[in-house]
Amino acid sequence: MIAEALKLSLLVVSIATIVIALAGTFLGFLLARYRFRGKDLLDAVLTLPMVLPPTVTGYYLILLLGRRGLLGEPLYALTGWSVTFTWVAAVIASTVVAIPLMIKSARASLESVDPEYEIASKVMGKGELETFFRVTLPLAGRGIIAGVILSFARAFGEFGATLMVAGNIPGKTQTMPLAIYEAVASGEDEQAKWLALILTGISITVVYMTNRLSRPVKRY
Amino acid sequence: MLMIPLPALVSGWKTGTGISLHCHASETYGIIRPVAMITENHSTWTRRLLIKRVAAIAAIMAALFWYACSGESPGGSEILVSAAISLKGALEDIGSVYDERTGVRVRFNFGASGLLQRQIEAGAPVDVFASAAKKHMDELQSRGFIVDESRRDFAGNRLVIAVASRSNLRLESFADLTRQDISRIAIGNPKTVPAGGYAKEALEHLGIWKELEPRLMYAENARQVLDYIVRDEVEAGFIYASDVTLASGKVETAAAVPDNAHSPIRYPVAVVQGSRNLPAAGNFIDLVLSTTGQEILGKHGFTGSGSP
Repeated sequence: MIAEALKLSLLVVSIATIVIALAGTFLGFLLARYRFRGKDLLDAVLTLPMVLPPTVTGYYLILLLGRRGLLGEPLYALTGWSVTFTWVAAVIASTVVAIPLMIKSARASLESVDPEYEIASKVMGKGELETFFRVTLPLAGRGIIAGVILSFARAFGEFGATLMVAGNIPGKTQTMPLAIYEAVASGEDEQAKWLALILTGISITVVYMTNRLSRPVKRY
Repeated sequence: MLMIPLPALVSGWKTGTGISLHCHASETYGIIRPVAMITENHSTWTRRLLIKRVAAIAAIMAALFWYACSGESPGGSEILVSAAISLKGALEDIGSVYDERTGVRVRFNFGASGLLQRQIEAGAPVDVFASAAKKHMDELQSRGFIVDESRRDFAGNRLVIAVASRSNLRLESFADLTRQDISRIAIGNPKTVPAGGYAKEALEHLGIWKELEPRLMYAENARQVLDYIVRDEVEAGFIYASDVTLASGKVETAAAVPDNAHSPIRYPVAVVQGSRNLPAAGNFIDLVLSTTGQEILGKHGFTGSGSP
């Protein structure tokens, strides 16, 4: 049970973190650099999973993705496959719940990059994309890395939304937090204790190590 | 396959052939004058450091991913049983007997009955639903989510007043709860926790609900009631006999609640409409109802499918 849950958690969290890093940085950049209609609303909607109880986020997700859901129904009709109760649903749940942390931190660090550097790069004839990857992103690097770590940690501990859309199936969708819930609820105190210790240990190690890795880089 | 995006992201730093910008943007007369140098200069080492760090993070992630991916379980013939978490021990034992006998793998999805109900309504691919309360099954049945003729009551339970094993509290009967030395009593929230609902019914039946109400501590599940008792947060609490079995050594039954004081405690089970493996789902329910299944349930503190 412990090994299975740990393995699944690592799979789910690795994929979620990659998706979060990419999508979160993009959305953070969008919010930091562009003005468009409905920007504040988009920001509010993207922040929502951070402030809503995860069970509520999970409830929305199941309404959206269930076999009778808004997106789930056409998907099921087309492919005969439903995302609920698969590890993919666990990935989606942790991604949605953790991504606001990435967006917030990416946006703040991208906003702190002096636009003059970007203007300079463009004056020198570099395109948008190259400017972003060679100038903006490295300058905002620390904030971005911090965002990735935070969302990794949040995704690792995700419980409520995952329980809702992915269920709690040992070996299939039962991540570490779900295994802890089950062990506690069914009186398996010894197992609960070990699971909790492992979860805490990994979280602390990751956050501590990456904090060290992302210490301020001296620039000049 | 899914690791591709990360190196791609990193390559923004990695492939740098050394453009480092040093902008001395002086805003003289409002004109921005960037002064840039395209060189491999003294700031290269900072870039190398950054690459090293990013590469280290990428390596950690890749290692985690590789480890996580190894040994994905192969899908075979299996059924999925959504069951109230209070049934975990008993159903898992029955499940392994089922595995042995039929070669069909049973997977369980344990949670609160209300949550499991929502999942089924949303179209979760469940084959069998075992509920801790009649209500959730009734609601599903009225909306056509279960196979009507497959529904059975497979177990019962008894409500008891439990105290911590080390407690000196002794109760002669149920009515002793009104004694003044019992200041706090844990009970599941009657609105959401089935055991709490039965307890409220019993207290009302005996006419002591109003008197006890100020001393009741609501909990959100049976486990929380148990925890309150074990941690001495309360003097006594209402739980099922099966919960006492689960936490044997930590709590003890102080008094049983008379069965006629509340409506019978029944656990219904049914095949879920849309199950892709109807015969296997039916077989599982048969096994639960069989002598073997009932014996296992009895061992975990439940009463049989007949009268409690």
